[in-house]
Amino acid sequence: MAALIIIFAVYNTFVYTQGTSNTTPKMTALAIEGEKLYQTNNCTACHQLFGLGGYLGPDLTNIISAKNKGSFYVKAFLNSGIKSMPKFNFTEKEQDALVQFLTEVDQCGYYPIYDATIKSTGWVDVKYKNQKVNNND
Amino acid sequence: MRNIALLFITLSLFALLVGAFFGTLTGIQYVKPDFLKEVIAFNKMRPFHVSTIIGWIILCATGGIYYYLTHDLKLNLFSKKLASAHLLIFILCIIAIYISLISGNMGGREYLTYAPIISLPILFGWILFGINYFKTTIQQVQGWPVYLWMWGTGIVFMIYHFSEAHFWLIPYFRENFVRDITVQWKSYGSFVGAWNMLVYGTAIFLMSRIKNNEDVSKGKKVFFFYFLGLVNLMLGWAHHTYIIPTQPWVRHLAYAVSMTEWIILISIIMSWRKSLTKHKIEQHHVSYNFLMATDFWVFVNLFLALLISIPTINLFTHGTHITVAHSMGTTIGINTTILLASAFYIVNLEDKGHINRYLKIIKLGFWIFNISLGIFWICLLLGGVEKSIWMYFTENPTPFGEMQTKLLPYMYVFLVAGFGIFIGIMMITIPLLLVLMKRIKNY
Ligand code: HEC
Repeated sequence: MAALIIIFAVYNTFVYTQGTSNTTPKMTALAIEGEKLYQTNNCTACHQLFGLGGYLGPDLTNIISAKNKGSFYVKAFLNSGIKSMPKFNFTEKEQDALVQFLTEVDQCGYYPIYDATIKSTGWVDVKYKNQKVNNND
Repeated sequence: MRNIALLFITLSLFALLVGAFFGTLTGIQYVKPDFLKEVIAFNKMRPFHVSTIIGWIILCATGGIYYYLTHDLKLNLFSKKLASAHLLIFILCIIAIYISLISGNMGGREYLTYAPIISLPILFGWILFGINYFKTTIQQVQGWPVYLWMWGTGIVFMIYHFSEAHFWLIPYFRENFVRDITVQWKSYGSFVGAWNMLVYGTAIFLMSRIKNNEDVSKGKKVFFFYFLGLVNLMLGWAHHTYIIPTQPWVRHLAYAVSMTEWIILISIIMSWRKSLTKHKIEQHHVSYNFLMATDFWVFVNLFLALLISIPTINLFTHGTHITVAHSMGTTIGINTTILLASAFYIVNLEDKGHINRYLKIIKLGFWIFNISLGIFWICLLLGGVEKSIWMYFTENPTPFGEMQTKLLPYMYVFLVAGFGIFIGIMMITIPLLLVLMKRIKNY
């Protein structure tokens, strides 16, 4: 029992630190503001980040860096009320914050991952953006 | 004490009815994007469905545990006052959550969309439950059967992982998006694991009672499986986040651990069924039927879960409706059938004569529920395959909207099947509620 508790504590500590460490810069205050808006308006009910979230709308992980999309494209959608998406009334400032949030999310990685390497063990090496990772550990 | 347990269960059955109703409403928005959009858009509707259904699972499991401890195992509850406080806090939290959702004052994360401050009293309620549970069982029971371990573990891990689900409030987590989203989904995976401990513990308890034999809850093999389940709860969550760029060891470990998953419960149920005698089935045969349905749903969902926990397959299924098939299959097919078995077991003990009057309608509801769920589940799988092909195997991907249109036929059938599940649930739940409410009045 005591051993199990120790293992659990050590494991969690590693997940909270090294296991999720990366070289992406800290989120800026503006991005955190945008994340708050993303959360209070429950965008996640319809949209996904890294494939996690609801299914009525498209995944937004790499929308900023996607070909033919980007910040203006995102802003065009925000107050559009397209299809099932509610007609939001975001101010210019709020739109900037949301775009900043999506920009910084985009810097974290890729989704969907088209360049993943599939191994015969069933394992998949995912593709990383700007971070040092030892894939062979 | 009985009354508090029955109140928990009554409340939970209401939650199931209402939650399933919200579920059908959200389903309509999948095929008719404009349905109720001006009144209550999907992002507002979905939390009603999700929160209410989580309420069903938690409240029914909790009520069952209070009932079984005091009425079936005949233990003296450490404190009736704490139990009443627990119930009262949860009722107030339910009201607060609905106010938060109706007023649009949300701000929480997915699944816990309500204003996060409400999580504090919820956590407090769990702590009260924990104190009461351990104070009651530790002194009065020697050589715990496995279900007591499972319930105890479930409560402790629920307290931890429910708190962990709010780590995003701490800047250290929030400032690192990869860390934030990983820990977020770690907590979800594990708190579902925690409620599964409560629910599966209930399943094993029911088996031991219906069979009138404690063998299914004691012995080396049973505890070995419990231990495997616990390891999965603690370390297996990262199969939900294979796609997130964490350090590979986190995901390697989850892959290894996940492959042991689910075999656990099925083997226990299978060995239990083999030795069941005819006479005893007659005693609680509605509960028995529900547990047989559980048996089936464990099988198919076990197969799916194992497949999508393999990273190569997960790469293509992640972010598609196949994940939804997994979560709906387990919450409806497994959790709900076990908890309905538990509710019937209790109602049968409380007032046998009454519930038998409704047997015909319950049986019909049972079949409508299960067949609809089967269709619902298959639609989600097919929809998921379609989306995966769109994501990974289409040369020049068409716009998202076109893919969505292609999914419509599946979504129509999905909607009808969802409605079927709701009808089935009504036919099963309303008789239970009628009997329970009469009972409560009599105490
Ligand atoms: C009720 C569901 C719903 C909600 C809530 C919602 N959206 Fe959308 N969103 C959609 C749909 C549907 C589309 C359009 C898909 C299409 O092009 O057919 C969309 C499109 C978008 C797009 C363009 C995506 C692309 O790749 O073309 C962006 C950006 C976007 N939404 C951002 C947001 C943000 C930010 C929020 C929260 C403030 C939000 N959405 C809330 C449903 C929703």
